Amino acid sequence: MKDSLGAAQSLLVLGGSSDIAMATARKMAALRTKKIYLAGRTSRQLEDNAAELRQLGATVEVVPFDAAATEDHDKVLSQVFANGDVDVVLMAFGVLGDQAEDEKDPARAAAVAHVNYTGAVSSGIVVAQALKKQGHGALVVLSSVAAERARKANFIYGSSKAGLDAFAQGLGDSLVGTGVHVMVVRPGFVDTKMTKGMEKAPLSTTPEAVADAILTGLRRGSHTVWAPGAFRYVMSGLRHVPRPIFRKLPM
Amino acid sequence: MRDVRNVAVPQEISPGTGLHQERLYGWGMTSPSVAEVADPTALEQLSELVVGAGPRGVIARGLGRSYGDPAQNGGGRVVRTTSLNKILNIDIERGIVVAQAGVSLHQLMGTMLPLGWFVPVTPGTRYVTVGGAIGADIHGKNHHSAGSFTQHVLAMDLLGADGQIRTLTPDTEPELFWATAGGMGLTGIVTQATIAFKKVETARIKADIWRAPDLDGVMAELAATDDKYPYTVAWIDCLSTGKNLGRSVLTCGDFAKLDELPAKVRREPRKFAPLSLGTVPPVPVSGLLNKMTGRVFNEMWFRKAPLRKEGVIQGVGAFFHPLDGIMEWNRVYGPAGFLQWQFVVPFGAEDTLRQIVERISAHGAPAALTVLKRFGAGNSGYLSFPTRGWTLALDFPTNTPGLAQLLDGLDEKVLEAGGRLYLAKDSRMRPELLDEMYPRLEAFRKLRAEIDPHQVFMSDQARRLHL
Repeated sequence: MKDSLGAAQSLLVLGGSSDIAMATARKMAALRTKKIYLAGRTSRQLEDNAAELRQLGATVEVVPFDAAATEDHDKVLSQVFANGDVDVVLMAFGVLGDQAEDEKDPARAAAVAHVNYTGAVSSGIVVAQALKKQGHGALVVLSSVAAERARKANFIYGSSKAGLDAFAQGLGDSLVGTGVHVMVVRPGFVDTKMTKGMEKAPLSTTPEAVADAILTGLRRGSHTVWAPGAFRYVMSGLRHVPRPIFRKLPM
Repeated sequence: MRDVRNVAVPQEISPGTGLHQERLYGWGMTSPSVAEVADPTALEQLSELVVGAGPRGVIARGLGRSYGDPAQNGGGRVVRTTSLNKILNIDIERGIVVAQAGVSLHQLMGTMLPLGWFVPVTPGTRYVTVGGAIGADIHGKNHHSAGSFTQHVLAMDLLGADGQIRTLTPDTEPELFWATAGGMGLTGIVTQATIAFKKVETARIKADIWRAPDLDGVMAELAATDDKYPYTVAWIDCLSTGKNLGRSVLTCGDFAKLDELPAKVRREPRKFAPLSLGTVPPVPVSGLLNKMTGRVFNEMWFRKAPLRKEGVIQGVGAFFHPLDGIMEWNRVYGPAGFLQWQFVVPFGAEDTLRQIVERISAHGAPAALTVLKRFGAGNSGYLSFPTRGWTLALDFPTNTPGLAQLLDGLDEKVLEAGGRLYLAKDSRMRPELLDEMYPRLEAFRKLRAEIDPHQVFMSDQARRLHL
């Protein structure tokens, strides 16, 4: 149960090797979150993350979960909820892809869309139903500023996040009155292993800063969180730039 | 950005039972959850609602004055008792009342004061139900002289997980009786109680009001007044610093005798007419209560109090329930809500008390009004809060920066001193601390496992604290 100061007791991370999710889990474990499920594809990183959170005093369970394997979502996630209430679900899986390569290979492009969008729709539906049954809980969805307007440089990733973002907004509205809170988080360029080797974009941020924004949003009951916050205004400007100009912008 | 608190929840009324989905939170307006809520008007309905509860169980809810989450049950069922509000029997000679669980103390005062009887124990609000008063084993300004509410309950009827009602008295079923006293509704639903009232000549209080300059002063004054007055309390200022830290106003008294009333009042000596000053409007006034305004408020309130005034004649409302004059005063904290933190530490732990007040003052948390009082001996209630010692209660807006860490640190100090927190107020404590604070918690869990193995009675608080 979330307490009066917004601290959760249990957390389920979908995409347990994500740097942003890990930064969030660390901060939560330091306060009240003593039960953590890290769901993700089996990897060294996932096991290391679990070990680190155990060091912080949390009971951690690693749950084998593949966002692309949508047929398994219901079974795998329902089992987690059968163990007891989950206060916060953090949907953090996603792939960036390689735009240049993906444009040449339709199967690779479709895989990006499949994980980022289809996988999120499938697992999001399962999670929403389970939270609704509890009568309380939050689903935090990691979207991206790229979802706000697709750019020529990464429109495959951007469009998949746009779909995810729209899905999460609609889901959130459909759950008003059920006690379930859906929060869409739109980070800008975050310095993580996903973006390793890439040139930093303006307003770049860190996983820790995004984690702070997530926790503040959870406490306040926000529907949308931008990280950093200035992106709210940057993107509301950018989305109104006419296309002939937008496509010539150096980004 | 945040959802508005009063968002209309789709009402899914299923005809016949009155069951509907509703978002519930405590008096502090924090951590809501949605449950299937019913408002039974007859005992048979109540029994059906318990037997037919789903896997997430059921909990009773009265007037929702608990600050945190004990009267909510996300995904499960919540049964309001407020329509079971009949006073079933009054023995005028002996002052013994049989009342249904949903009868409020307000209702009892309105009925019984004109007859010359007063509720044995009242908290700082009279808008609590008999069921809630037993479930939280409430205390009042007379704890040092009269103990807590359940000590004046001669018998109660408890609806169990099997849908059957059992009559409990301290003699015939002491274990279940005392597990229910302060048991936060987890042993079953109280349907009615037999309560012994206190005889009074008038409905007025004769109070002595005076100031104490600092924390040591108020502790000394309170210790010296225990024997002198049945009702004592001190409002202390936790925002002032330096030599003013803990400056207080003491209010102590007893019911006035008939010949102590002014002639005009003597014509209707037992009239119960508490003032209502209106309702706080449902507009967000977030940030109205901060360190600055809190200080100003405390200053005004301290200056307003007389240096010493004896024999002040006050009504029941003014003396016992000053905040009840303003309906829904909890709204002044705005949509972020607030919490109350109340602890007791044994006598001898005055240093702990002082350090806690100092830390709160240093943090600058806007705890506007703070209540200090001495408890008498505790009772046999498994989870009953009062034990002999000092109790302090403070309100904090939940958006106070650093509040979580501050209170976690203070919890530790309370525990070190052998003290505990009050479950009816708690909304945030670490569950790990509870076993040490309540040595009989394990026995409570065992008893509960015997009488309710499937945990039919369940609340958000019970889930949060693993009660």
